[in-house]
Amino acid sequence: MEPLWRILSQPDNIPIALMVPLFAGLLGFWWRTARRNDALLAQGGEAAVRSAMDGAVPEGTPDPRVHTWPYLLRIELIAALVVTVVLLVWSIVIDAPLEQLADAARTPNPSKAPWYFLGLQELLVYFDPWIAGVLLPVLIIFGLSVIPYVDVNPAGSGFHAWRQRRFAVAVFLFGFVGLWLGLILVGTFCRGPGWNWFWPWEAWDRARAVPMATRNWADVFGISSSSGASAFGALTVLGWYGLGLVAWWRLRHRPLVARLGTSRFAVVAFLLLTMLSVPLKMALRLGLSVKYVWTTPWFNV
Amino acid sequence: MSDAEATGQPGEAPGLVREVVKSALRVENVDTPKNRVLAVAHTVWLHLHPSKVPRHAVRFSFTWGAGGIAFYLFLITVVTGVALMFVYRPTPEHAWLDMKRLDFDVPFGMVNRNMHRWAAHAMVIVVWVHLLRVFLTGSYKAPRQFNWVVGVGLLTLTMLLSFTGYLLPWDQLSMWAVTVGTNMAAAAPVVGHEGPFAAPGVTAANDARALLLGGPTVGGNALLRFYILHCVALPLALGLGCILHFWRVRRDGGISGPAAPKGGA
Repeated sequence: MEPLWRILSQPDNIPIALMVPLFAGLLGFWWRTARRNDALLAQGGEAAVRSAMDGAVPEGTPDPRVHTWPYLLRIELIAALVVTVVLLVWSIVIDAPLEQLADAARTPNPSKAPWYFLGLQELLVYFDPWIAGVLLPVLIIFGLSVIPYVDVNPAGSGFHAWRQRRFAVAVFLFGFVGLWLGLILVGTFCRGPGWNWFWPWEAWDRARAVPMATRNWADVFGISSSSGASAFGALTVLGWYGLGLVAWWRLRHRPLVARLGTSRFAVVAFLLLTMLSVPLKMALRLGLSVKYVWTTPWFNV
Repeated sequence: MSDAEATGQPGEAPGLVREVVKSALRVENVDTPKNRVLAVAHTVWLHLHPSKVPRHAVRFSFTWGAGGIAFYLFLITVVTGVALMFVYRPTPEHAWLDMKRLDFDVPFGMVNRNMHRWAAHAMVIVVWVHLLRVFLTGSYKAPRQFNWVVGVGLLTLTMLLSFTGYLLPWDQLSMWAVTVGTNMAAAAPVVGHEGPFAAPGVTAANDARALLLGGPTVGGNALLRFYILHCVALPLALGLGCILHFWRVRRDGGISGPAAPKGGA
């Protein structure tokens, strides 16, 4: 347990440790509220949800709203005070790290990015830097931005709910909690020297060599010529994104898919398949030691 | 005969304290429904708020307070950051020693630096919480689509601010975290010299990473660039973005919520 304590007690890792109970608590709270609202929706529609959220409105009140002063401003004041106190105590008790003077000649092992980018750094194990460090971050920002334009389901706006928008919520939670937060935890707690995998309770053995022989996707099928491997890889990637076309063909008569239209469907299918390809590639690497799915003279995927 | 009587004005002038308070607040400090509305509408700091809000909007269980707390944490980093700027000099000779000076010599230097760093970490997390809350309540749906996009921009700026600040202590942690991060720019397609399809003539000395760092490696130029981005360019962009974000919250119909029962607001 000593290594775990060493990682946890690094001041910069405290936010990551706090994040686990924080997000677990918030999601638990959300789930309870969402189920309650689902039940209310089934009974009395959105008006029932609104009534429950508004609470009791005193008899004979002409305007069901409340004055910002004091009902909102007092909450803002209390929240600001609580945040200030927590931060002050945190700052008095725990000092920000300051290591030795920067030295371009001494590379620490492991060299870790700031904690909020550790998920992306973890992806460097499975993807080349231009994918893990450039393409995927751009697609994450792009994908987040298009959410309001591709989620054409008007239901479930303005309250915590689940049943009306299961697909959207499931996809978002998979990406945000499963991939983004999950990989940050892996990068923080399970990666040691040489970016090798060390369980949090394992001592970091700096001499440990991990000779992981890798092969490419085409090798798995015994394709040895480089042009053959290239073509096979291209077909695999095309086939993967081709699943989007298959899905469209099979689902095109569903009302939701018809409402999406082809351009929105194409964007959703591309982003969803790209997101799913991340854990898939990880599985190929861990299960079959596959380094590249598609090799070309110019880039490897 | 007093002046007031001479000019036909009845009664004496209001009490001094009362006059000062009213002149400052523009509203009599008397608790009436009208004055509650005016107190918000007539005060520059408060008028971002509507003067009345739906009951569900003041429920912490609905908003998790995340947007407001994220903005408050930003304000804390601005205040503590300005204080740090009085001591800190962004050059390789001075930066790390100035951190030591803050930690051991400057009154309250350590606690101020701690607050800056922990507020920044907390801000990143709380912005993620806000993203999660807005998603889970479906609050990005029409007519609020564009404000979600603005929010994604603010999220990106928050992380860039945190990343640029990471270099400034100029210790081993800073240098190598930023080296790992900016190496990605060298791997960018076309504009990075290690990336696929690197354009002709793109080298380590002039690619996207060199643009960020002012050279092929993390050195004095990188420190200066990150300092200016961290202290001037990015906070300005984030501040302007916040103005847009808050304004759009109001213009897009205030805080989201389920449709009100008939006859309600």
